[in-house]
Amino acid sequence: MTWTPDQPIVALTNVHKSFGTFEVLKGISMNIMKGEVICIIGPSGSGKSTLIRCINALNNIQGGSIMVEGQEVHDDKLDRLALRKKVGMVFQQYNLFPHKTALENVMMAPLKVLKQDKREVEIRARDLLKKVRLEGKENSYPGELSGGQQQRVAIARSLAMNPDVMLFDEVTAALDPETVKEVLVTIKDLAAEGMTCILVTHEMGFAREVADHIYFTDKGVIVEHGPPETFFDNAKDPRTKEFLSQIL
Amino acid sequence: MSRYIPGLTAPAQTDMPVLLSPPAPPHKTGTLNFSQWLAAIPLWVPVLVLAAALVWPMYSYAQSVTPTHDSPLEVLWRWIPFLLTRGFVFTVIISVLTMALGTVLGVFLGLGQVSLFRPVRIASYWITQTFRNSPWLVLLFIVMLSFPFQITLFGVTIPVPDWAKAVFGLSLPIMANISEIVRGAIASVPSAQWEAAESLAFTRRQTLFEIILPQCIKRMIPPWMNWYAILTMATPIVSILGVEEILNLTRQAIEAENNRPELLVPFYGFVLMVFFLYCYPIARLTIRLERKFALKL
Repeated sequence: MTWTPDQPIVALTNVHKSFGTFEVLKGISMNIMKGEVICIIGPSGSGKSTLIRCINALNNIQGGSIMVEGQEVHDDKLDRLALRKKVGMVFQQYNLFPHKTALENVMMAPLKVLKQDKREVEIRARDLLKKVRLEGKENSYPGELSGGQQQRVAIARSLAMNPDVMLFDEVTAALDPETVKEVLVTIKDLAAEGMTCILVTHEMGFAREVADHIYFTDKGVIVEHGPPETFFDNAKDPRTKEFLSQIL
Repeated sequence: MSRYIPGLTAPAQTDMPVLLSPPAPPHKTGTLNFSQWLAAIPLWVPVLVLAAALVWPMYSYAQSVTPTHDSPLEVLWRWIPFLLTRGFVFTVIISVLTMALGTVLGVFLGLGQVSLFRPVRIASYWITQTFRNSPWLVLLFIVMLSFPFQITLFGVTIPVPDWAKAVFGLSLPIMANISEIVRGAIASVPSAQWEAAESLAFTRRQTLFEIILPQCIKRMIPPWMNWYAILTMATPIVSILGVEEILNLTRQAIEAENNRPELLVPFYGFVLMVFFLYCYPIARLTIRLERKFALKL
C-alpha cells in the first residue's frame, strides 16, 4: 500500500514505550495530516519529548505502530536514513556542529548525505539562512551566535534536507525570553508555508496561535485533544483544566 | 532581626565536633601529569644541572695527584659531536618512528574500542588494557627475542635490525595509550552531537569522521604530545638490547677512555641535559596548547 496525501502523513497507533520497567508512553494514538501544525503540551516528564523522538526513530518503541508516509517506523528492517531524510528535527539545545560555521552547518547534510552539488547546496543554504533572518551570519561559528540565532541555524540546517515533516522538541525552552520570539516567528513562517510541524512546547500563546490541533499528554497518555479554541477555552478533563490554570 | 545560627548567635545545639569537608587533593590529576610536571620546572634548573656537571669533574681533577691526562671536560668536549650526531639523532629517529607507528596502530585500536561490533570492541579493549599496563621493558624483550633477525619474502632476505624491533616493541605501549586518548576524546563529545547527526540522516561512519573526530582532534593533541615526551625519555631502555643510541654510545665512549671514574658524572650528566633540553620545550608547548584548546570548548 503506497501512501497518498489524503492519508495521515504521521500516524501513531497505540504506541507503548518503556525505559526499563518505567512505562513512559502508555498507548498514544494520533493522526497528523500533511500541512497540519500539531502542538503537544503537558507537564514535565509526561513523555512529550520521548514521543516525538520516536517519530524519527531516535527512540525505539515496545508496542504499537508509527507510520510516516505509509512506512512503519517500528520495524527492525526500517531504512532509518530514508526516514530521517523525510523527517527533520530541531532540539532544545540546538546541537549545532561547533567546528563548522553557520553556513557549513546548513550545507553539511545535503553535501555528505544527499551528495548534492556543492554550488547548488550553497545557494540553497544561503537562501535558508536568509529565510531564518540570519543574513550576514554565514561565517560565524555557533559559539559566536546567541541562543536564538543558533536555534534558527539549527532550523535552517534541518530544512536543508527538504523534509516533509519537522519535529520541534521544546526548541525555545533553553532560550532567553527576548530571543524566544525570533525563533517562534521562524516556525510560524514555516507553518504558514504549509510545512507539517509537530511541536513539543511550553509556549501556550504560540500554540494557540499557530496550532491546528493541540494534544495534552500526562503520565504517558493523551488526556485531551482538540482545536486550540475548544482546547484552551472549553477543556473538559479536570487534569487539563488544572494544568491550564497553573500556566495561563 | 539577626539570623539564628546555632553556635554563633545562640548556644550550640551539640558538643559534637564539626566535620569539615576533606582538603582538596594537592595535585590536579589530569592526563598530562608528566608534561605538567616538566613544564613547571623553572628555567634556572637546567642551568644548575649544567653547573653541577661542570664543578664535579673539576673537583675530582684537582684531587688527582698526577694530572697526566686530559681533564674530564676536555674528554667530554671531544666526544660531544659523536654523541650528538650518532647517538642523540638516532634516539630522536627511534622516538619519531615509534610515535608514528604507535599513533597509526593506536588510532585504529581506539576506533575499534568504539565499534558497534561487540567482538571488535571487546578485543580492542583488552589489547589496549594489556599493553597499557605492561612493563615496557618486558614488551621490548618479548619483541626482541621472539622476532626473527631476518625475514625471507619471495626469495629475498631482508634483515631486521635491532632498532626496527625496538621501534615495534616500544610502539606497543604507545599504541595502547593513543587508543585510550582516541576513545576518551570520542567519548568526551556530547551524545547530543551524535543525535543531531543521526537526525540529519548521517550514517555512523559519516558521523564519526565528519562530525565527531574533527571536534576531538584538538583535544587529542596535548595528550599525544605528552606521550611523545614520555616516550623520548623512555628510549634509553633500548640500549639494554644493544641498540646504539645515545646512552649506549656514552657507555662505549667512557670505556674507550679507560673507564676513568671522574668521567661518569659529566658524561651521563650531559646525556641527562640533552634529554631535558629536548623534552622541556615540548612540555611547555603541550601545556600551552592544552590551555589554549581548553578555552575554546
